[in-house]
Amino acid sequence: MSGTIRDEAAIVGMGSTALSSKGGLEEDELTLACLAISAAIDDAGLEPSDVDGLALFDMESKREVEVARNLGLGEITFFAEVGYGGGAACATVGHAAMAVASGQCDVAVAWRARKRAAKSTRVWSQAPKRLDDSDQWTRPAGLLRPVDEIAMLTRRYMHEYGVTREQLANVALTLRRHANRNPRAAMYEKTLDLDQYLSARWISEPLCLFDNCLESDGALAVVITSAERARDLPHEPIYVHAYSQGLPEQHQIMSNFFCEDPLRGPSHAAARRLWANSDLKPHDVSCAQIYDAFSPLIPLSLEGYGFCERGEGAAFTEDGGLDWDGGRLPVNTSGGSLSEAYVHGFNHVIEAVRQLRGESTAQVEDASSCLVTSGECVPTSALLLRN
Amino acid sequence: MESGWILPDLSNEATRGFWDGCAEGELRIQTCSDCGATRMPPRPMCPRCRSVDYGWTAMSGEGRIWSFVVAHPPLLPAYAEIAPYPVVTVELLEDPMIRIVGGLVGGPGLDAASVDTKTIEIGDPVHVVFAKVEDVTIPRWTGAKWA
Repeated sequence: MSGTIRDEAAIVGMGSTALSSKGGLEEDELTLACLAISAAIDDAGLEPSDVDGLALFDMESKREVEVARNLGLGEITFFAEVGYGGGAACATVGHAAMAVASGQCDVAVAWRARKRAAKSTRVWSQAPKRLDDSDQWTRPAGLLRPVDEIAMLTRRYMHEYGVTREQLANVALTLRRHANRNPRAAMYEKTLDLDQYLSARWISEPLCLFDNCLESDGALAVVITSAERARDLPHEPIYVHAYSQGLPEQHQIMSNFFCEDPLRGPSHAAARRLWANSDLKPHDVSCAQIYDAFSPLIPLSLEGYGFCERGEGAAFTEDGGLDWDGGRLPVNTSGGSLSEAYVHGFNHVIEAVRQLRGESTAQVEDASSCLVTSGECVPTSALLLRN
Repeated sequence: MESGWILPDLSNEATRGFWDGCAEGELRIQTCSDCGATRMPPRPMCPRCRSVDYGWTAMSGEGRIWSFVVAHPPLLPAYAEIAPYPVVTVELLEDPMIRIVGGLVGGPGLDAASVDTKTIEIGDPVHVVFAKVEDVTIPRWTGAKWA
């Protein structure tokens, strides 16, 4: 017994509905969840009756019982919900892998289903009028939306390290070029250049429209089972090599301006355990799918996960640093949340599986491992996958 | 004009000392009665010594801008009315690890529209002013630059 879950479990199936950012999808979130999970079970070459573990976001509107009843699942012996929105995607897969590796279930499903394309569904616009939680230290002042909180951190990041808007644009433009290769991406047919970026309307200065992710409808799911069982299934197993969550000291959900070092985010905490439990080091990784609700989260995460030193994440994006073809680290090869779809970062897990199966539309040559991260700035999680 | 703003619930025992202070024109920071450590945001237990006994220390209300944003629509209707508006995070002069978020205004009783947002810089000196919104008094920040 190694003491870790290293390569003990594998992703053996993945499924997705259409991802729509304009006009949305007709189906409700439960139907979308069931369609994505159903597709993932089929992709794995398994039956609904094989599934006995479930891992999901605690923000899912329809939970274990509804999903199990609709899909006709059998007896479930493991179920777990993960909090903190965009920090949860990798953790759902990680919890499923831990449950499989420790014998709590044999076949687990992790998923995210979400309808956010309609403007009326914005979470921030539904804030209660009276706050009893940590939001009371920011909302009354006018930091209403996640973008306002990240903009506050970004301004400080730019000040401390001389980060420029052109460097943030590198993130947005690289991911757009990746989306332009991906027919599933909302921005497949829309190019973006630096002039468009620099002249775009502000959302929360210093962040403009193109620093913000899309808002999308869609559902995505993966199936996880033991490495041993995976070898008998149709697809090449994608092993969960390492997994970690990260909640740093004195953290607050997102507007973390109240701790000693706000620019040292949750990725630093997750990275420590992730690399400690891995045979790989950052320079070994073939590509990365990094949570990108906002463009500055990518340079901050590059620092947190050790691809560069603190303050060097923005410079890392220069000279095609994130490009799928020849970049220092190919990042978000499907277009990510900025240009493919925003499904709370679960599309990053799916794109990692595609890369490691050799099926990406921006395929990294001989991709053998992929880092997947969930939201920087919220309590987070990360996965190292390999084939 | 300001109804529709999102405001704190004043019934929470651990946080109301801060809001009571604002209502009385003082910036009060939660302070551990046992080890003397200040903490913000307020909470029931001291993370340094685990004491649950605390008091409130009045600060001068002088600080420096640690960071800032200028928010543009889409915003909730009450906030959209004054957009684009600046919001600053301020570190207190006496205790720079204590940071407080608030609107930046041209002076007491003035709103955000009185500030030329292009002139704001990190490090600018500011001092607290208080504004009553419905039944709550919230802190805001102003400075000589915008007077």
